[in-house]
Amino acid sequence: MDLAELERKLLAAAKASPPGDHVPHAFEQRILARLNQAPDPWAWWTRALWRAAAPSLAVMLLLAAWTIGSGSVSDANHSLATDLETTLFAVVDDAGEI
Amino acid sequence: MAHSGGVEREDAELIAASRTGDTASFEVLLRKYQPRVFATARRYARRESEVEDIVQEVFIKAWHKLDGYRQEAPFDHWLMRLAVRTCYDFLRRHQRDRERMFTDLSEPERDWLDAFAADSSRADEDAAAARELVRRLMESLSPAARLVITLLEIEDRSVKEIAAVTGWSVPLVKVRAFRARAEMRKCLARLARGKYL
Repeated sequence: MDLAELERKLLAAAKASPPGDHVPHAFEQRILARLNQAPDPWAWWTRALWRAAAPSLAVMLLLAAWTIGSGSVSDANHSLATDLETTLFAVVDDAGEI
Repeated sequence: MAHSGGVEREDAELIAASRTGDTASFEVLLRKYQPRVFATARRYARRESEVEDIVQEVFIKAWHKLDGYRQEAPFDHWLMRLAVRTCYDFLRRHQRDRERMFTDLSEPERDWLDAFAADSSRADEDAAAARELVRRLMESLSPAARLVITLLEIEDRSVKEIAAVTGWSVPLVKVRAFRARAEMRKCLARLARGKYL
């Protein structure tokens, strides 16, 4: 098959049939309605939240990688466990002292 | 028509009024230019609902960016630049499965290709099947290739005009045109291979 000729024919077909420029009835009213719409106070907040989602996730992953990489996870667990224990027993200790 | 600094006087007045928030003046601009924007959008979107969404986006952008329009060039040039860029964004957002474009050819399309393979002069350029095939071909191209081929080969625009309308540099348009032609040839080869091998 002559591909160059096929290309020429198909492009000629596209040139011969330009797309229509008809406009749906009262289409401008649809646009004007959008323009006259009161701005949604939540739209900015929603958009900002969506925009912040990806960077926040990236920061979270980086921090997680850094925490695991630095080997401080077990220490952190230990410290958390100790803190929790101290907090819980503090009530008992205080009660005992009274 | 009277021109002042590249802009028709009537347009200049309507633009000035629109900038102050006068939607009635913008409506006049809208009514005047929406057929051209619709025709442009129909080159890139198949479904009418998509076309309407593109046109709406173009005019809403135009309304919000009207302050940035410096009246050095006619308003329709500025608007069409906005329209072409919006269409390009649309193509990039809606990249369909381009590999599968030639797998389900209709009977008339197959007949047209058969006629072309037998004797290329027998395949009528005005046939609906040829128009459908070229649409498939365009949809199988990458967004940049489709935009360049449409502007350069179908609308017969110059490289300089394409650079102006897309915001790309002239060398970039040339590089993209070269790549687009190669991509189109590859797609045509795939079409021929799928049909005849």
